[in-house]
Amino acid sequence: MRQGFTRLHLIISFLFIQQLVQAQTPTGSGANSFTMMLLAIVVLIAFFIIIRVSDNLVRIEAGKNGVDSENEGLSSFPGVADIFKKKSPLYAKGKYVALTQGHNILLEGQATGPIEAAYVNTFAVQPPNFRGMSPIPKVEVEVGDTVKAGDHLFFDKKNPDVKYVSPVSGEVIAVNRGERRSIANIVVLADKAQQYRQLPTINPDTCSREELVSFLLDTGGWTLLRQRPFDVVASATEVPDNIFISTFDTAPLAPDFNHIMAGREAAFQRGLDILGKLTRGNVWLGLDANGENPPSTVYTAAKGVQKCWFSGKHPAGNVGVQIHHIAPITTKTTVWTLGVQDVATLGALFTEQRFNTERVVALTGAELKQPKYVRTYIGANIGELLGNNLTNNHVRILSGDVLSGSKTSKTDFLNYFDDQITVVEEGDFHEMFGWLLPDLSTPSVSKALPVTLFADTVFKANTNLHGEKRAFVVTGQYEKLLPMDIYPQHLMKAILTNDYEKMEGLGIHELIEEDVALCEFACTSKQPLQEILRNGLDMVHEQG
Amino acid sequence: MSTFLEKVKSLEPPKEKRFLHTLYDGFFTFLYTPDHTTHGKGVHIRDRMDLKRTMVMVVIALQLCYVFGTYNIGHQHFVALGQHTAFMAAIHLKLAYGLIQILPIFVVTHVVGLGIEFYYAAKKGHGIEEGFLVTGALIPLIMPPDIPLWVLSLAVAFAVILGKEAFGGTGMNVVNIALLARVFVFFAYPTTISGDQCWVAGLEYAGGKATGELYGWSHHVFDGLFNGLGWATFGEGGRAVADAFTGATPLGLASQGWEKVTAVYSPMQMFWGTIPGSIGETSKPLVIMGGLILLATGIASWRIMLSGLLGTAFMAIVFNWWGFDAFMNVPWYYHFYMGSFWFAIIFMATDPVTASSTNTGKWIFGFFIGILGIIIRVMNPAYPEGWMLAILFMNVFAPLIDHYVVEANMNRRKKHLAAVKN
Repeated sequence: MRQGFTRLHLIISFLFIQQLVQAQTPTGSGANSFTMMLLAIVVLIAFFIIIRVSDNLVRIEAGKNGVDSENEGLSSFPGVADIFKKKSPLYAKGKYVALTQGHNILLEGQATGPIEAAYVNTFAVQPPNFRGMSPIPKVEVEVGDTVKAGDHLFFDKKNPDVKYVSPVSGEVIAVNRGERRSIANIVVLADKAQQYRQLPTINPDTCSREELVSFLLDTGGWTLLRQRPFDVVASATEVPDNIFISTFDTAPLAPDFNHIMAGREAAFQRGLDILGKLTRGNVWLGLDANGENPPSTVYTAAKGVQKCWFSGKHPAGNVGVQIHHIAPITTKTTVWTLGVQDVATLGALFTEQRFNTERVVALTGAELKQPKYVRTYIGANIGELLGNNLTNNHVRILSGDVLSGSKTSKTDFLNYFDDQITVVEEGDFHEMFGWLLPDLSTPSVSKALPVTLFADTVFKANTNLHGEKRAFVVTGQYEKLLPMDIYPQHLMKAILTNDYEKMEGLGIHELIEEDVALCEFACTSKQPLQEILRNGLDMVHEQG
Repeated sequence: MSTFLEKVKSLEPPKEKRFLHTLYDGFFTFLYTPDHTTHGKGVHIRDRMDLKRTMVMVVIALQLCYVFGTYNIGHQHFVALGQHTAFMAAIHLKLAYGLIQILPIFVVTHVVGLGIEFYYAAKKGHGIEEGFLVTGALIPLIMPPDIPLWVLSLAVAFAVILGKEAFGGTGMNVVNIALLARVFVFFAYPTTISGDQCWVAGLEYAGGKATGELYGWSHHVFDGLFNGLGWATFGEGGRAVADAFTGATPLGLASQGWEKVTAVYSPMQMFWGTIPGSIGETSKPLVIMGGLILLATGIASWRIMLSGLLGTAFMAIVFNWWGFDAFMNVPWYYHFYMGSFWFAIIFMATDPVTASSTNTGKWIFGFFIGILGIIIRVMNPAYPEGWMLAILFMNVFAPLIDHYVVEANMNRRKKHLAAVKN
């Protein structure tokens, strides 16, 4: 530090001499006043540097002597970062992270209003929803069997302890197969009045972790847990370092988590307590600091957890981004993640003694007559959920959001972990000079399009590619949209060239598809980043 | 509108005729954006921005340089001959003269470059990529106005084939294609692009004495038109040059000191660009306006521009301080008046494919371009402008810079991993 200071001093004095010499040579009055101005600026900068450097020295000295035990920085000035940092809202007490990168895509068709009951008769559990499981699980029921909510449906032969259970009671009406005899889904025709499997009694406050784990494995609670890295079914033999729950979703048209969890405080809190027993570290809640008002007390009043506030645009609500800023995933760590409704289902195993898979689902998108919230169960049939709510049939129906959801149809079922259905227009049409005209109706993050001048524009998006796939050309684009210390483009190139060492070094463990989805949306070269990332994750996962 | 679309679609040649089909596809995607939709495995909606629009933004930003460059070719020609020396005098003649010079250059560049691009696209069976849009717009602007067309076509072919197609097409090249074309001319046919005799169009040198060329048929066609309108005409040509004419650019004179430069060109002339030079680079305000378009639209990296500016200023100040010869003593801020710094740093250095791809790397990349450019400009007696070589040199080093930046990121992660384990 001292050496650096001397060096700085040298540079400054060198600048002075240079300017003084010039000032003395008679080069005309114009150049003279210019030189004087420059001199004044240099003097100011020099003073600033001297003060900053000495201030830094004081801080370092204080740190060495242990004065600054809480690492607050004993500087007499606010740091540069402090000046420009967004102030945390008044309600956000405690750990606060302001994310500057990202972009909110505003679309038409936000779900609003009270939560309505949905009349859905068929429900399904889809084995492909559970990543990391073999494609042909062992099915324990046959077509025609009657099941109660919570009864076992199938298990993975590689991992037979994890039981996948029925979300509703009723009759098994189909076991549909997909490619190469894999099981696509198991469909249950629901009873009018739900019956629940009698669960074994267990007192979570006194039982051991092993007892709790085997209880969850048997009752289906385990299927709600997802493990990172790789976003796979949680391993029963590993103890997670931490468990993370994001209590807000910033994806386009995402449901309002404050709204959908109203009245489920008890189950949510119970779920958090249970999770606290399963991890060796902490249960972390990522809280939303974007709004004018604080989020629901379901989250802010939660006990026995660590909280961290996040402000910023999408993907600030992604749990992966939040993990990165709390305790980054490495090759050696294992963490679990859950959605908020999954936590409530987990808690209900104890508060209600039943596997209550109730889900509030947001029906969203510009192609719906009435976007709204409905109350149903996990795996509801999409056609029945939508009813006659569609404005036309030239649409794409998605389970999830437009960035990372999956393409489905009316005969398909809501994915296990999704709480949103989006309907967007299919964009299979040509546009004359579409690459040149300053289009105002398509979302974009690029300043080259005038729409970005109007930050509040709400769009009616379609699925057109708006261009053709190209090699990576533009640089620095992804970094602006991913609030993580990661070089996404270099990571993608490392995956494409099967460079394992670089993939791990560049942090592939910290990412899953939804985190790079916004980058993929904005990609000028129309590269399929999520697909590339999943290939890389699978490769690294197989290598072990 | 849809009937027109159907008409266009009915022209589609069969897929077996690959070259024709590629050609059709190229023009069709120019006319209409394709009806491709997202494939359903990733995002379902896509940004409006694509590579065509990105490239076209750069071409739009270059248009001011084209207009001024065209006019300046004519202006310099007539100033050299001692005719119409006021900037706004005989506008029609200067524009006509400039057009007659620049149009063949533009057409040859595109015919050769696009022809090669189409051929390779057809051969590889993929669509025509828009990379040449920008390259083709840049090449005419960085050539001297009198460049022989056969030299130009050789240079374009060399740059496109060896610089781009050999590496795999758009997005894969290591060095800037436009600069590669220029550096080819520079090393293979140096007399056409260096010295004092190439920067003003339409002069013939014999025994150290220059005379104006005899005007050709194209000039006579314009003369017929201008005669009819009662305006000034080209005449037959063959006039001797004005007594004060040297043909040297400011940088050619600067090695003898700033006084020698200002004896011929005032700083304001250099700033506004009414001086001899490559076609599109002389006018600083217009180049900077193009740069502002690129910055406002977020197409070009402000980091490279800013750090390039800082690097140039830094090195020029160091040379001022050193003060070994007359060129080093040129006040550092006047380095921004001479030569093609602005054009190079705004349009050439910011090419995303050949520049550093990391943000930290971009700072280093731009800064070193600034330093190297001034070093070459001041210390190389043979050729008094450094940006072309500086940028090409840093293009080659950009992957190395990125490697170390990425490596640093990987090390941060490793350190964190070590901290977690303990």
